[in-house]
Amino acid sequence: MYQEIILEHYRRPLHAGLREPFDAQVEHINPTCGDEVTLRVTLKDAGGEPTLADVSYETLGCSISQASASVMADMIIGKTVGDAMEISEAFLALMQSRGEAEPDEDMLGDAVAFEGVSKYPARIKCALLSWMAWKDATARALSDRGEIAPLAQDSDGEKL
Amino acid sequence: MTSGGQATSVTTVEIDRGKPALDIEAVRADFPILGRAVRGGNRLIYLDSGATSHKPRQVLDAERDFYTTHNAAAHRGAHLLGEEATDAYESARTRIASFLSADPGEIVFTKSTTEAVNLVAYAMSNAATAGPQASRFAVGPGDEVLVTEAEHHANLVPWQQLCQRTGATLRWFGVTPEGRLDLTSMGELINDRTRLVAVTHQSNVTGVVPPVAQIAAAAHAHGALVLADAAQSVPHRPVDVTALGADFLVFSGHKMLGPSGIGVLWGRRELLEAMPPFISGGSMIEVVRMEGSTFLPPPARFEAGVPAAAQAVGLAAACDYLDALGMSNVAAHEEALTAHALEALSGIAGLRIIGPLDTDHRGGAVSFVLNGIHPHDVGQVLDELGVAVRTGHHCAWPLHRALGAQASTRATFYVYNTHDEVEALADGIRQAQKFFGTA
Repeated sequence: MYQEIILEHYRRPLHAGLREPFDAQVEHINPTCGDEVTLRVTLKDAGGEPTLADVSYETLGCSISQASASVMADMIIGKTVGDAMEISEAFLALMQSRGEAEPDEDMLGDAVAFEGVSKYPARIKCALLSWMAWKDATARALSDRGEIAPLAQDSDGEKL
Repeated sequence: MTSGGQATSVTTVEIDRGKPALDIEAVRADFPILGRAVRGGNRLIYLDSGATSHKPRQVLDAERDFYTTHNAAAHRGAHLLGEEATDAYESARTRIASFLSADPGEIVFTKSTTEAVNLVAYAMSNAATAGPQASRFAVGPGDEVLVTEAEHHANLVPWQQLCQRTGATLRWFGVTPEGRLDLTSMGELINDRTRLVAVTHQSNVTGVVPPVAQIAAAAHAHGALVLADAAQSVPHRPVDVTALGADFLVFSGHKMLGPSGIGVLWGRRELLEAMPPFISGGSMIEVVRMEGSTFLPPPARFEAGVPAAAQAVGLAAACDYLDALGMSNVAAHEEALTAHALEALSGIAGLRIIGPLDTDHRGGAVSFVLNGIHPHDVGQVLDELGVAVRTGHHCAWPLHRALGAQASTRATFYVYNTHDEVEALADGIRQAQKFFGTA
């Protein structure tokens, strides 16, 4: 479970810290353990598409939740919201795979290292905490701009 | 001595370290689950009995015997099995009463400690509309309910909710840096407005045993009721409810070698007799007409629905098992393990124990934080070694906040744990430090 990539992101998290300016900020908590993330999203327009100019965060939690925030921020900053949402859905599917998935390395990059976490149901929420916070913050930022967030769905079509 | 350390009715235990209090190999042979392998083929080292205990075959056999030979709905049915099931259920009540030195009529079966606390809290809010007899339980604006910062959420949230429903004010004792109750302002916190004091009889995080008798005496001097959360005490040491001073005492079966789905509310008879019901329905009524109903005397008044007879029988078997070991021996065994753990863990650099560092008025819960390693990660490394611990805030979030910990790792001990397992815990912690490069 503790892949070297995960430990590396845990020891030296990328894009950590809360930055200005931002369009939306959310605080998410895992009530079973008290882990917390505060996350900010800054959007910009790139060719008419909403794009993630910055994702900044502060986490209080285990190595999995901290490394996951670092990997996520590094992967999605600079991406369009649509592309980032696709990555997010692929990551969610990986986390729900109980170790049975064949992750798409091209799409998920360093995040494939979290495949092992999916075998430990108690830890899946740790890995998903900042992704859920990012989705929430992005939806708020878009709705403040009068745009509707792309509807995130898992493979069963269940709304997340 | 800290404010929380005054002499109380807590039984003190003489420890003879030369002679083990329990025949540990014989005890372990009674618990089938201890024979199974866990991750990596490791043998199970179960240090999470504070969350739930394992069950000896004597308890499993008692439940199975009930289902295979006497099963029926207790207190119903014009048939032999109904009679036997009723007898088994009521005999279990008597057995559990004797375990606490209580009267069987003062034992109410609930589904858990949590439900038992809610039973009293809802009875108190129902009291406002339950007639003059119940008025002594009614609370409203101007009244105060006193809790402590050390409580499990189960003995905190129901009182917050009671205050929200009734307009009463929630107040609380804080804790000292080592997790004992700070009783310095007790003279102000317990006053004529105080209607009920809800206090843990042993913290599930720090192991602290507050001076319940002293608090109860102060509460009674102002006419307040006292509820003790004994979920972590009744399983682990002798508890005599007549000596404790509390008016209500609550605990669960599953933390004391018994089945899940059964808990107990002990209450003073005159209080239970005056208290309105919480959950209503069948079994608890006297006469039902379309216009309204009257209720049975306690304990039946508080046991609506078909009783959990098999679970009560299992809990009675757990009392038999614990009494055969001797609760003083159980307490002595756990105190020796706790002392060992406190010593072994205190020697680990970068480890801070959340709670007292000695066994004075302290039970067998040892919670700790490690510099630079989150409890989830500690728990994960320990799990890979077969060591099962609890991580997080253990349903005591305010206590963690008060003690400056976001979360902690907790080891709890019971009759089947050994000194070798304490060493395995300490070794596992050092391995976690090595793995995460913090030591």
